[in-house]
Amino acid sequence: MLNYLWSFMILLGMLWGAANGNLNEVTQGLLDSAKEAVTLGITMLGIMSFWCGILEVGTRAGLIDWLTGKMDPVLNFLFPELERNHPARRPLAVNMTANMLGVGMAATPAGLEAMEKLAVSRQEPGVATNSMCTFLILNISSLQLIPVTMIAYRSQYGSVNPAAVLGPALMATACSTLAAIVFCKCMDWIHRKKGVGL
Amino acid sequence: MILWLSQIIIPLAVCYIIGFGLLSKRPVFEDFLEGAKTGMKTVAGVMPTLIGLMCAVGVLRTSGFLEAAGNWLAGPAAFLHFPSELIPLTLIRLVSNSAATGLVLDIFGRFGPDSPLGMCASVMMSSTETVLYCLSIYFGSVKIKKTRYALPGALIATAFGIMASIWLTMGMV
Repeated sequence: MLNYLWSFMILLGMLWGAANGNLNEVTQGLLDSAKEAVTLGITMLGIMSFWCGILEVGTRAGLIDWLTGKMDPVLNFLFPELERNHPARRPLAVNMTANMLGVGMAATPAGLEAMEKLAVSRQEPGVATNSMCTFLILNISSLQLIPVTMIAYRSQYGSVNPAAVLGPALMATACSTLAAIVFCKCMDWIHRKKGVGL
Repeated sequence: MILWLSQIIIPLAVCYIIGFGLLSKRPVFEDFLEGAKTGMKTVAGVMPTLIGLMCAVGVLRTSGFLEAAGNWLAGPAAFLHFPSELIPLTLIRLVSNSAATGLVLDIFGRFGPDSPLGMCASVMMSSTETVLYCLSIYFGSVKIKKTRYALPGALIATAFGIMASIWLTMGMV
């Protein structure tokens, strides 16, 4: 997919630029963007390393295990099909917590593990279960409480108050997550009435 | 209140985690270094993608195509009180995080990160996810072919996030 998107953007840009006679600007834009990407990478390197380091401190001190325990009621509510000692519980909790803290790279491996564990208990191969759909929709609805990367970008671009985005971001995230939960619960309910789904 | 909360959350989280580590008698700095190493590797891994996609976005942007697309959609967008500068971002956000980031940085560069548009783009990025990427890696990993209601649900959640972003930031200023 990204293969097509990427080539589409470059080809379309080049052709559109040629058609409108600003190929020079397009070339300049290409070079400027490459330079900008590197500058950005250097800023990201610092902030990302610091945040991952802090998270590692929390993980090793057992803070993540403690959080998993705290997540139990949430998991029971969101994934009613999972029994108490289902192996997917821990990776699910880690994924959601990491997402809330805005560390996507800690969230993705845990999310993949959770998917694997959920797949073990499904009845039909190749068909998503209700738990899988709920998990995916929640992930896409964004659970992030602290938009770390956005704050980093904002400070890079000279924002007076980079963290000002926190409040509105929290509220918007709450909106999308709430919509996701309501949707999933409705779907669960419909399927339970029809007697299908896992 | 929101501003105060915004300023306090990160220091608080950092102090809490480090304090907790110290109380658990962990070698906190060594743990930190391990994690930081992983963080560096992640950024290094993302760099080629970032460069490739930012270049592609740069080409598309300087060609003037996005302005043209924004103009085509400006009519329907104005009807919905949707800022036309954010149309390309909204579309790209669904397919690529890095490309969307490129567009946001472009908005920061042109209007400033503290302008209403800059704020709106920041909040939009923070409250949505890359639908296509999430669907493909998570369902791809366990070979799901029938995704059932996952895609409509994801799009509904994203639409709510985008509407809330616009309402919260453009209404505020």
